[in-house]
Amino acid sequence: MYAQMVKSTGNQVKNLEEMEPDERAFQTRINADIKIEAKDWMPDGYRRTLIRQISQHAHSEIVGQLPESNWIKRAPTLERKAILLAKVQDEAGHGLYLYCAAETLGISRDEMTEQLLAGKAKYSSIFNYPTLSWADMGAIGWLVDGAAIMNQVPLQYCSFGPYARAMVRICKEESFHQRQGFDIMMKLVGGTKAQKDMAQDALNRWWWPALMMFGPPDASSVHSAQSFAWNIKQNSNDELRQKFVDQTVPQAQHLGLEIPDADLVWNEDKGSYDYGAVDWDEFFAVLSGNGPCNAERLQARQKAWDDGAWFREGLTANAQKRAKL
Amino acid sequence: MSSTAKKANIVKKASTVKKAGTVKKEWPLWEVFVRGQHGLAHRHVGSLHAPDSKMAMNNARDVYTRRGEGLSIWVVPSHTITASAPSDKGPLFEPANSKVYRHPGFFNIPDEIGHM
Repeated sequence: MYAQMVKSTGNQVKNLEEMEPDERAFQTRINADIKIEAKDWMPDGYRRTLIRQISQHAHSEIVGQLPESNWIKRAPTLERKAILLAKVQDEAGHGLYLYCAAETLGISRDEMTEQLLAGKAKYSSIFNYPTLSWADMGAIGWLVDGAAIMNQVPLQYCSFGPYARAMVRICKEESFHQRQGFDIMMKLVGGTKAQKDMAQDALNRWWWPALMMFGPPDASSVHSAQSFAWNIKQNSNDELRQKFVDQTVPQAQHLGLEIPDADLVWNEDKGSYDYGAVDWDEFFAVLSGNGPCNAERLQARQKAWDDGAWFREGLTANAQKRAKL
Repeated sequence: MSSTAKKANIVKKASTVKKAGTVKKEWPLWEVFVRGQHGLAHRHVGSLHAPDSKMAMNNARDVYTRRGEGLSIWVVPSHTITASAPSDKGPLFEPANSKVYRHPGFFNIPDEIGHM
């Protein structure tokens, strides 16, 4: 998802009897659905895993602004432009809430920024695809934010208090994002043939990357068991992917658009859709830096950081001067 | 200084920061409290980094009140907050557990008395 490949401890999940008293008390609280707060005792693995997960999530929000910012100046109307600007501003806010949540675990904001700029930190694979037409703004809101919501709603109930609380705020705002995307799609499919084709083209290009957002298939998802035990992951990747397909197919039908999957078929027995094979080679290639826009995205972040240096330094100097007066 | 030279200078500075490993001084952390429209107390909504109280206020407005969430904002330097430690939970909060008579439901008042 926004954190697709979070490395966990790599150890087997311990049962309560095998744990030292501190860890047993910690796990017992999690099992009783009591939130863990920043100053509470926690196993190192829990802390490290959460730092990775939350910072990946935060980086995704920040890098996630870039594909859409491409269209702010090209939006078809002033109203669409204002709406898109508000959405992209929300993403910045989401990044900030999440960086703050990660900071409570003992990593600094600047360290996280450094890790991102050095290419050491991951962010969601989805943001390494280009936005070629206005319809991509519709497809991103509808599909990408739709997929994000599916993952973030359960995270509101995760075991780590600061992360759960950040998610509550984010989920409230995310619904606006998805609906504005669907609204763009509705407008396009109700327009000329060229506009409807544009919408179909956007769906064709974003459908599979959207399915990849949920992360690798359960069979090869090695880090899940411990994250489930710690209640920082509540649903498996395949479970959420299936839910997303089942929710989205009828929406595409409503739009009169075709999902680009020849194998997509309703399965009466399981009461959900069967869908075709996801190209996992593409997913791993994009995640490891070889997607169409990986280099461009990091360059844009680096440029923003460098171009803002004089401003950050000026504010700091001003604050120091005033403190001395 | 030409603008290119100026830019190069800035970039150089930024990279010095990066090489140093731990970044120089981070802006201090501020806690943000917002009072909504319905007369309730200011409520903690999150935190942010800012160089001074004025920027903290500006940022708090942008980050935490984009949807009319508040009519008043407090920003407080995080380091000025004294928090109870998790290990103090027992001494601080357990004494209340044995004093259930502090809750009105402890007392049985006959039904015919009505609301009290």
